[in-house]
Amino acid sequence: MTGIPHDLRDTEVDRDTVERRLAETWRTRRGFWGAIATVDHKIIGRRYIVTAFVFLLLGGVLGLLMRWQLATPEGRALGPDLYNQVFTMHGANMMFLFAVPVMEAMAVYLVPLMVGTRNIAFPRLNAFSYWIYLAGGLLLWVAFALDMGPDIGWFGYVPLSGPQYAPGKRADIWAQMITFTEIAALAVAVEIVVTVFKQRAPGMTLDRIPLFVWAMLVTSFIVMLAMPAIMVGSTSLILDRLVGTHFFNPAEGGDVLLWQHLFWFFGHPEVYIIFLPATGMISSMLPAFVRRPVFGYLALVLSMVTIGILSFGLWVHHMFTTGLPRLGESFFTASSMAIAVPAGVQIFCWIATLWDGRPVFRTPFLFILAFFFTFVLGGMTGVMVASVPLDTQVHDTYFVVAHFHYVLIGGAVFPLLGAVYYWYPKIVGRMMSERLGRWVAGLIFVGFNLAFFPMHILGLQGMPRRVYTYQADLPWGPLNMFVSLSSLMLAAGFLLFFIDAVRSARSGPPAGDNPWDSPSLEWATTSPPPPYNFARIPVVTGPSPLWENRDELPVASGLRLDRREIVITSVADAVPEARESSPRDSLWPFWAALTTSVLLIGSIFSPWAVVWGSIPVAIALIGWFWPKGTPEDEA
Amino acid sequence: MKRRAALVMAVAMLVGCQREQRDLRLDPPVAAALDQVAPTANGIGGAPPDVYVALGGPYESNAYNLGEGKRLYTWFNCKGCHADGGGASGPALMDGWWRYGADPVSLFVSLRDGRPNGMPAYRDKLTTEQIWQLVGYVQTIGMASATTAAPSRNDEMQSRPAENRAPAAADLPTPPSR
Amino acid sequence: MRLRHLIVSVLLPLAAGGCAGSQSALDPQGPNAASLAWLIGAFTIVCGIVWLLVMIVVGVALLRRRGAAEPADTPLAEDPGRERRKGAVVLAAVLATVVIVTGLTVISYLATHSLTAASGEPLVVRLRGYQWWWEVTYTSPSPDRFVTSANEIRVPVGRPVRLELSAADVIHSFWVPSLAGKQDLIPGRDNQLTFTAERPGIYRAQCAEFCGVQHARMALVVVALPPDEFAAWLDGQLRDAATPANEEEAAGREVASGKACAACHTIRGTPAAGTLGPDLTHVASRQTIAAGTLPTTRGSLAAWIADPQGVKPGNKMPMVPLSADELRAVSAYMASLK
Repeated sequence: MTGIPHDLRDTEVDRDTVERRLAETWRTRRGFWGAIATVDHKIIGRRYIVTAFVFLLLGGVLGLLMRWQLATPEGRALGPDLYNQVFTMHGANMMFLFAVPVMEAMAVYLVPLMVGTRNIAFPRLNAFSYWIYLAGGLLLWVAFALDMGPDIGWFGYVPLSGPQYAPGKRADIWAQMITFTEIAALAVAVEIVVTVFKQRAPGMTLDRIPLFVWAMLVTSFIVMLAMPAIMVGSTSLILDRLVGTHFFNPAEGGDVLLWQHLFWFFGHPEVYIIFLPATGMISSMLPAFVRRPVFGYLALVLSMVTIGILSFGLWVHHMFTTGLPRLGESFFTASSMAIAVPAGVQIFCWIATLWDGRPVFRTPFLFILAFFFTFVLGGMTGVMVASVPLDTQVHDTYFVVAHFHYVLIGGAVFPLLGAVYYWYPKIVGRMMSERLGRWVAGLIFVGFNLAFFPMHILGLQGMPRRVYTYQADLPWGPLNMFVSLSSLMLAAGFLLFFIDAVRSARSGPPAGDNPWDSPSLEWATTSPPPPYNFARIPVVTGPSPLWENRDELPVASGLRLDRREIVITSVADAVPEARESSPRDSLWPFWAALTTSVLLIGSIFSPWAVVWGSIPVAIALIGWFWPKGTPEDEA
Repeated sequence: MKRRAALVMAVAMLVGCQREQRDLRLDPPVAAALDQVAPTANGIGGAPPDVYVALGGPYESNAYNLGEGKRLYTWFNCKGCHADGGGASGPALMDGWWRYGADPVSLFVSLRDGRPNGMPAYRDKLTTEQIWQLVGYVQTIGMASATTAAPSRNDEMQSRPAENRAPAAADLPTPPSR
Repeated sequence: MRLRHLIVSVLLPLAAGGCAGSQSALDPQGPNAASLAWLIGAFTIVCGIVWLLVMIVVGVALLRRRGAAEPADTPLAEDPGRERRKGAVVLAAVLATVVIVTGLTVISYLATHSLTAASGEPLVVRLRGYQWWWEVTYTSPSPDRFVTSANEIRVPVGRPVRLELSAADVIHSFWVPSLAGKQDLIPGRDNQLTFTAERPGIYRAQCAEFCGVQHARMALVVVALPPDEFAAWLDGQLRDAATPANEEEAAGREVASGKACAACHTIRGTPAAGTLGPDLTHVASRQTIAAGTLPTTRGSLAAWIADPQGVKPGNKMPMVPLSADELRAVSAYMASLK
């Protein structure tokens, strides 16, 4: 390091030197410990994405197992106990280990690139977040492998999940897995809010922020407001089970419905935590494929914010059959219907974008079209279940199973798959196969609709959810067989997707910086981006920077090369305010995550684990924050 | 290193399986064999059936069986006599030494055949499996230190700490020598 | 009203065919379920039309011929007038959404209102959910005319029935789709549900809230009878269990009162007085055993008693070891308990 003069600025040297020096400053060390210690948002984001997709694969296998069991009446593939574990694992895995983390993972990778900065805010917290997430996922799956998988549903209603009716540690593992994923999600939410507010490239005023970034900003606020409810809930549950408190014991003044309120106060915003990033992806992908900026930028932003706010006023529509006062239920009917309006605004704006656009039918765009078809249908059934009397007939039936798969797969997974095809070249540096991509989109779209549309009818024909079997004299057999066979088609589509993704990483055609000719900043750097993202920080002059400056982006300079440095800008106008150091690689986040995991898993077995386990956690945190006199400690 | 990790995993798996397994249907021959306890002449202590040992004592360490035992304890109104803290017609079972023995075989015989001074026989009211489940559960409410498999509180008014909060055996006075 | 008939006739082919024991929201057999089916139909049609319109517009937007006036390589070129017009169209679409959503909300309120308007003195029946069966108690102004049964609700046609719902252990949900929407049975809370059956028939109902390992086999039937038949049936239920008609049944009664059966089940008129499981005084008069798991026949009774954990794994009935003779006797006796 002695060769580098102190306080070397990028203004003083040529571009080659800048890139060499930056690469030296920002690089991740090789080897095992280097990989553990890294705080590069791209490496962590990649890990996050891959891990989440592994969980998608595992959860999909569980889904197939369920369809195998339900294909025929009185099926004997899984017993009732295993089936209950499988459907609980499927739900918990997909919601807590796939859907939310994968959206945050995409944001961890993309948001810093899209706002034109060199790393995410609080990069060590980011590393910590990933390790905690991984530990939570392993906890759940190892438990399942040991026949200790939770069997209480992903919603864990008391008293069934409570101390009296759920013996053993199955329910505790579920509850504590939530704690893991919530910690991870909260950490990422904080990072994203700060990154978006304070690290945007100079000139990226509020009305020039890419819409995916806006979506993640709103999502992050929802995460911060919704997740505490479930953490309170799951912690109370563990206390009830382990320590003998009475939060949910009616005989001692507790309340069974309190759990449902806490759970759904989180659970409904959760849907929007998954859905809003997907809408952001669509808004950010569309311009490249219709060759126009998105129509109605302001309307889209406002509708996302409105959805974010309204999402907290809907939770009771999951409890319409619990016998709540009728006036209250009516209010929640109205608010649940009202959210159709901002969702409609988004759809209409996208259609208006299509109207004048010149569509380019590449794979990501095919997924966007699949989204339109599927999500709008899911939205319609959403309006149906918002009505209290109607809901009393379809609640907890396969109608609802169909509805939420339409909004979650149609509304979030289709855009996500499109986003993978779209950003894969940026992340990997190679294109995915367009030929296979069309097959993937086709198989998944057709397979999905064939598998899930009949479930609407099954639900109306009276088939309840979460049943491990049904009798032969009930009229549900043929449709169930049809659904199960169609699910194989859906599975084939996903299999092909995974094959394509793995194969293209080695042998896909090189992508170049901007293969789709997209307008936003992440395409301004190489694919994959260097560790420092941008050799010089770009300056933004409009909402579509790469279309407005076709030849060369204006850049800001003056950053130091000998330490990790980023530009801090003002919240509203993104006026440069300061140069700020960004933390270097560190093993401490890993140790902190490890000790936290030991504490949390130990607390399933004894409350004393919280006391003794907090000592190593404290040591790890002290190590983490100990001032070391390195360049990053300078102001 | 790798081998040790595998060993730890294997042990964890065995313990996990034991503790959490749910055998919903006990084979009738096994159930019949479980009835073959060999108590000593005075009916206190003795040898458990071979199959009990072969199964690894599933009624003392398996969370599901303990939970079922707890349910039966309530369902068959054991509390009616063995009320928490005593005072009713039977001993309170809160302490560590019981007149007719606290080992599994003694408890099994007490439950199945009854005991003098009021303990009725449950031979015709409970199945062998249920009696073993109760034997396992009863062991968690008295002197036993709390095991991780022990059930926790019921959804009802509380008159004693939950079984998984039971005091450690060391905190109890030593039983008088017989 | 004509619209209502139209919707119902469109939806009917989807229903279970109206066979005995049907369990379908699309096969309404009472005013509540009928107005809910109408609501489902109305929502489906409105939402279907909206969905179709959106899809058509998307299709047109994709496939319409582009004017040559807009060169593709200048994506930022913009016509302010055109943008304004598009804005107006989007605004109109949003307003239309508001109108439709408001309309649907109003229909929903009106439906709620009609569901709660009951007429006539209701029959009050207490329904208590257990893991995994239902206890049914018919109330009466005089306490000696209370009748306890299980896994089957008989109701008189034309008279409103008010179910008082409670749960003994975990949350269950009572759902008889052909007659009414569902309502949860929640520990520590009292809920109720009122419905009327318009036609005699057998309507299957099922637990709709996940309640543990045998949630799938927690069904019951609602049997609607003409009022006089119902009154006669209720009188029959008040009587003690039938006395054994032959030696085998008498032996069966001995088994039922001497073995573990009596610890959990009540058979009025015999020593069996357990209250942990379903009342068996008139078990053979019910359509099904084990909460809708098997039809009531002597054979199924024997199969159930011989191996309850094989039929319905995890349920609370233990496998009581019986000799072949005992099993034959006790199943004969059970089958005689009309």
